[in-house]
Amino acid sequence: MSAIVEEQAQTTETLPPSRKVPHLEALESEGIHIIREVAAEFERPVLLFSGGKDSAVMLHLARKAFAPAPVPFPLMHVDTGHNFPEVIAYRDALVERLGLRLVVASVQSYIDSGKLRERADGTRNPLQTVPLLDAIADNKFDAVFGGGRRDEEKARAKERIFSLRDEFGQWDPRRQRPELWNLYNGRHKPGEHVRVFPLSNWTELDVWEYVEREGVELPSIYFSHAREVFKRNGMWLTPGEWGGPKDGEIVERKVVRYRTVGDMSCTGAVESVASSIGDVIAEIAVTTITERGATRADDKLSEAAMEDRKREGYF
Amino acid sequence: MTSTVDFESAGARLDRDVELLRFATAGSVDDGKSTLVGRLLHDSKSVLADTLEAVERASRDRGAEGVELALLTDGLRAEREQGITIDVAYRYFTTPRRKFILADTPGHVQYTRNMVTGASTAELVVLLVDARKGVVEQTRRHLAVAALLGVRHLVLAVNKMDLVEFSESAYQTIAVDFAAAAEALGITDHVVIPVSASLGDNVVDASSNTPWYDGPTLLDHLEAVPVGVDAVTQAARFPVQYVVRAPDYRGYAGQLASGVIERDDDVVVMPAGLRTRIVAIDTFDGEVDIAHAPQSVTLRLADEFDVGRGDLIVHPRQEPRVANAFDATICQLSERPLRAGDRVLIKHTTRVVKGVIDSVSHRLDIETLDRGPAESLELNEIGGVVLRVAAPLAIDDYASDRLTGSFLVIDEHDGQTLAAGLVGDPFSARRPQ
Repeated sequence: MSAIVEEQAQTTETLPPSRKVPHLEALESEGIHIIREVAAEFERPVLLFSGGKDSAVMLHLARKAFAPAPVPFPLMHVDTGHNFPEVIAYRDALVERLGLRLVVASVQSYIDSGKLRERADGTRNPLQTVPLLDAIADNKFDAVFGGGRRDEEKARAKERIFSLRDEFGQWDPRRQRPELWNLYNGRHKPGEHVRVFPLSNWTELDVWEYVEREGVELPSIYFSHAREVFKRNGMWLTPGEWGGPKDGEIVERKVVRYRTVGDMSCTGAVESVASSIGDVIAEIAVTTITERGATRADDKLSEAAMEDRKREGYF
Repeated sequence: MTSTVDFESAGARLDRDVELLRFATAGSVDDGKSTLVGRLLHDSKSVLADTLEAVERASRDRGAEGVELALLTDGLRAEREQGITIDVAYRYFTTPRRKFILADTPGHVQYTRNMVTGASTAELVVLLVDARKGVVEQTRRHLAVAALLGVRHLVLAVNKMDLVEFSESAYQTIAVDFAAAAEALGITDHVVIPVSASLGDNVVDASSNTPWYDGPTLLDHLEAVPVGVDAVTQAARFPVQYVVRAPDYRGYAGQLASGVIERDDDVVVMPAGLRTRIVAIDTFDGEVDIAHAPQSVTLRLADEFDVGRGDLIVHPRQEPRVANAFDATICQLSERPLRAGDRVLIKHTTRVVKGVIDSVSHRLDIETLDRGPAESLELNEIGGVVLRVAAPLAIDDYASDRLTGSFLVIDEHDGQTLAAGLVGDPFSARRPQ
């Protein structure tokens, strides 16, 4: 032992008996811890807010983390121009009510100015990457909260809670930092940023149970409603200027809800009569199709679709 | 297809909180770990129809007969092409009794790095051996890493029992070897379960092929092992993360790392040693009387001291050590070796300080636990160092508190995580003389 300066450790007293920690409490507490770490260590964090249930839960955790003070960072939405009007209305009302700042990165304006070109299939999800990265760079955001969960997809199962991105926003799965205990290393070079996923350890069911427990407000399209839809590639899509129906696709009226909220061109509805949070939880608990498999066309492109998009700087 | 869910009965089934068990798996190459994890997910009905279909399709494409359960856990394209697992992957499944977070760590390369990462948050580790090979060098290493990282509960899954005709004597030999190795490391809670991951024996459902075995199946054990006991029975440790300021309000936000804190408790703010009292424990939902680890709360204190991020709030007479220099055990995670004289950053709880590696005292042979002289610590090596830091840290030995006894060693220049650090020498306390 070399020069060691220390005081003597004291013995512990008798302590109260242990107590069961419900899983939602453990997940909430972890999420709040992560959000506070980012607020303390980064200069300019931003929270990606799509209006979907995961981002709504993430925002709820952020409100809890800093109460009674307001959330100390803005929200950002990458608007594909093909978002559900119900979701945009929900987003705007929530931002107004909570007095938050919202940054909107618009895919439509990139298309209008010729910086991006519409894809042949009309899907705009892959077009979100460039406006997202530009908005991060323009606003000098150094930490970007995303609502991604590891149970969603195989590539996400391997991503860290703090995920370093290079100046092109790229994720390199082979160069990830080991993540130990509850110690997160967010050091990065100028121009780089860190994506942070406070809901990494949550499952779809956890999110819904938490929505119920906390009374988190969600867009109405998550609950069953009558809607005109048409079938494409096995999914029920909403008609609209974005590109449907066409070529003999038939519009039908169905009672549906959405399990995820995204671009209208690639987010399918599921037939469902679940009209309350309790109904949705019951439905998910017995469902046999994963959330992305049921509703996201972009993940069906190839088995490695998500891995490729993440490498390119997608959420 | 229209949903025909019986909402009332399904809702009733879920209408209660379950506990969370974080556990990790480790095994050597070809022990069948991915198959075991796939079997656990499959037989606990945690794999949904479309995922299973995709795996069946991929199995057929590779010319396999039946479903290769290992494909359920092989995540990245590079891994599928090479048939290996690159990195720690996290899996989630729920039974009516518990929710599980599984850190699935590969065994072949960088085993220490991956297993240290996976085990750092685990309360239980499942090790795998091949029933034909028994306890091998890699098993002893994995066991030692689990012991080092303070994992209380160990499970040895003796896999491929079908290939030794479910022989009781093969199982017994391995069980005796493993018990000896575990107890030498001070691990008292260990079970040895004979399984066949590919056929499903004793993973979720009890096997009729092992009538001589009367212990739990793997899932039975995962559902029954006590969780979260350490965190609340230890001394209270509250690292301040963030100061919440609002008009007429100043609160100290953090997550209770261990122990219990109550309103009106006398406390000490470390490392300065300031005495004060908790006047309120605030949450978004209002004040509470008591907070237990691992809750995130905000504390208000009676005195207006200059308390900030990096400070540690504890009870009097239970103070941690305050040290400018201390012995630590290092698990080297980076390809850049760690040498005496290296200047680094130390991230301990919510505090980051500059530090220097004063000396490298030894390298640990993780198989024999012998200590040898060392000039440096290379990737995947474990050893002892003396660390000096630029500002005093309030520390506990890792063996007594996992969160206030751990730290990261970070490269000052490029920000990479170089090493995982454990305060003190966890093995010196545990090894029988």
